[in-house]
Amino acid sequence: MRIASRRIVIALCAGAALAALAALASGCGSSESSAETLTLYSAQHQQMTNALAKAFERTSAAKVRVRFGEDEGLANQIVQEGSASPADVLLSENTPPLELLAGKGLLAQVNSPTLAQVPARYDSPNGRWVGVAARETVLIYDPKLISKRQLPASILDLAKREWKGKLAIAPSEPDFVPIVSAIDKLDGRAATERWLEGFASNAARYDDNEGIVAAVEGGQVAAGVINHYYWYEQAKEIGAANVRSKLYYFGHKDPGALVNVSGAGALKSSGNPALAQRFLAFLVSKEGQSAMTHSGDWEYPLVAGVAPPPGLRPFATLQAPDLGPADLGNGSAPLALMQQAGLL
Amino acid sequence: MEAAGVGPESRSWSTTYVRARLRARPTPLVLLAIAAAVALLVLLPLGFLLDQALSIGWTQIDHLLFRPFVGTLLVNTVLLVAVATTACVVLGVAVAWCVERTDLPGRRTWAVLAALPITVPAFVTSYSWVSITPIVQHFGGAALIVTLAYYPLVYLPVAAVLRGLDPALEESARSLGMGPWRTFLRVTLPQTRLALLGGGLLVAVHLLSEFGAFAMLRFQTFTTAIYDEYRLSFDGPAASMLATVLVLLCLALLIGELGLRGRARYARVDTGSPRPAARARLGRSKWVVLAGLGALVGLALGLPLVTLVYWVLRGGSTSFPVVSLLSAAGSSLELGLGAALLTTLLALPVAILTTRHPSRIAGALERAAYLPYALPGIVVALSLIVVSVHQLPALYGTTPLLIVAYAILSLPLALVATRAALAQAPPVHEEIARSLGCGPLQALVRVTLPRILPGLGAAAALVFLATVTELTATLLLAPIGTQTLATQFWADASTRSFGAAAPYAGLMVAISALPTYLLTRRLGAVAGPRRAR
Repeated sequence: MRIASRRIVIALCAGAALAALAALASGCGSSESSAETLTLYSAQHQQMTNALAKAFERTSAAKVRVRFGEDEGLANQIVQEGSASPADVLLSENTPPLELLAGKGLLAQVNSPTLAQVPARYDSPNGRWVGVAARETVLIYDPKLISKRQLPASILDLAKREWKGKLAIAPSEPDFVPIVSAIDKLDGRAATERWLEGFASNAARYDDNEGIVAAVEGGQVAAGVINHYYWYEQAKEIGAANVRSKLYYFGHKDPGALVNVSGAGALKSSGNPALAQRFLAFLVSKEGQSAMTHSGDWEYPLVAGVAPPPGLRPFATLQAPDLGPADLGNGSAPLALMQQAGLL
Repeated sequence: MEAAGVGPESRSWSTTYVRARLRARPTPLVLLAIAAAVALLVLLPLGFLLDQALSIGWTQIDHLLFRPFVGTLLVNTVLLVAVATTACVVLGVAVAWCVERTDLPGRRTWAVLAALPITVPAFVTSYSWVSITPIVQHFGGAALIVTLAYYPLVYLPVAAVLRGLDPALEESARSLGMGPWRTFLRVTLPQTRLALLGGGLLVAVHLLSEFGAFAMLRFQTFTTAIYDEYRLSFDGPAASMLATVLVLLCLALLIGELGLRGRARYARVDTGSPRPAARARLGRSKWVVLAGLGALVGLALGLPLVTLVYWVLRGGSTSFPVVSLLSAAGSSLELGLGAALLTTLLALPVAILTTRHPSRIAGALERAAYLPYALPGIVVALSLIVVSVHQLPALYGTTPLLIVAYAILSLPLALVATRAALAQAPPVHEEIARSLGCGPLQALVRVTLPRILPGLGAAAALVFLATVTELTATLLLAPIGTQTLATQFWADASTRSFGAAAPYAGLMVAISALPTYLLTRRLGAVAGPRRAR
């Protein structure tokens, strides 16, 4: 018995040694030429990224290899990689990582026909990245706890006393900071500070949008501020008939109707800049955008004439405020305000 | 077979004698150099951290560190580490004693079941709790859940020591009139002190950098502030500055553990165990113990597994993509085995140095290994990116580099197990081999290694478990296109496609089951004819 298990240990060690050798061998052999291979760093959902990569491979005959990750990891990775980065394109979930790379001079200028596909407000202010998809800020609420009449006209109303203990927020989600920027821009600093103070004392802090959806769906909290697509994902997973919560759209160009943009930029250090530009152009082409909307993801396309995924409200009816990433700045002012309010 | 080789000589090597012999032998410089090289490798992330942290100005430090939210987070962290570590120690010792020292029915099965909770990804555990009750979304819940997840880190080493302990001391205590409780507290427990403190230290240091388990629990620790800095400001240097606070907390824990360990003689170096200890008869309380263990295993293991099954049955996204499942499992196995091998190899010289040639330098080198364990994975991964992409570009984005990252992140786990095994293998055998003409290396390979092989297997198994569920460093450092079970689980779970995510988590638990089984039998164990079975 003892000898048998010692053999297991030896076998495991031998297996590990073989695996390590194999890994070394494959590591050494894998420096193939990247002539027509696009290396994509993607913080977007895997399903959507894979659909885009497949569609691009079909139309371009190039191969796409993807490093998946999250905005903060990939952006910091590219900063550390610097000019040695293997990435050709970064597809991010939010725009601050792209702005960070643009600010460090790591992004190439995007071809102007590509930029022209998307409303200028959703592109980089100086042409360093292009908007690809959008998510809408919404209020998720439990109709059993919040009646239609109680729904707020503006996100600013959520700072009122009657919302005390009824709200869930995720201030550390990158989606949240732009809302504060929008209020700052539209209503001024004093109003923002007042709002943050009331809002912070009304709301319970959650770590992310997923947590808020789960809490409202579970009847633990009456309402919460999220991005629309988390609700749709939840509905898909548990079945639309089983969904208890509803979405409320602020509309009326309210800061609460802000659109969050997902974008892509090509790296200056790319070994194949032409291919990188072709990929960016593809992302905002009709084929690219419809590959995205048919991938089972719930983001809005940004190109005119491409229908959103079935079940979503038309983009035009959202009545989002006329603000894009360029108007909202780099977020350092709202961050400071949020830290002052004790939210971060 | 048990009786063979039992003789008076196995009891005659007292700690004092061995220590005296050890002092007489100078520390081999080669060994010291190798251990120092390992420590340097492990401290690489720390160098990066300090380099980044020092690049920001005092005003920013002041602004980042001295804000109300950070105060709350620090209090949260310290309280959680204190409460959860204590709970893990109490629970771990209680379970170990019940399994190893009582006549509990089905002991061998319980021994494995009680260790299995470390195979369940923390995110799954917290998600299943939150989906049952929101009550856990506070301090108490967070402490409860991490206790259930990490008590095996105390249970496993303590159980190993209890199993190998010579019952003679306890028998003497009883014969001199001590009651069973006093005997346990004053004789048995002190002999497990090293294992107990080692396990407790692993739990405490690990909790400093824990993040995933708390995301669903709405409980924020200091690591939250570091991730916020990355997520919202994308400010690497500022995040590094915050992470140095974790390093300081970790140093405090290391010093605290040294203080608790004290100078007491904890155990004989030679176990000298000629036969298993008499098992305490539980009598009627057997049912209470069975119920307690059943509840523990149900909460820590059953509940998350039931949740996975529920996701599969109810999830709208449920699917079993065989190719993807198999290739992810293959990558996880390959990486896990590679990391297990490398980490154990790195741990061995450090453990030999600290057990055979104890000194301040040896202690410091060993303790250095704990510092990266307290850091969030993203910090370690970014530091390796910086070093490799510019200095060793051929290694960047390859499997070997990722395996090195795993080794840095899990070296303390391997050290604990390797040390325990070495401590139980008497050095006198090596000395006899030396006196008969073996060189030091030959003595190591021919005498020591075969004896501690099971303990090395346990070290490898612990590293394997930690590697299979690792996510952050894997995402950043894996070769482009490589998917592991953990990254696939994350990809699906991040779009709330829990039905699709569940099979990956299930496979993670499945491929961790064999190493866990090995652990329950082997942690700290030494081979040899005298080993009581």
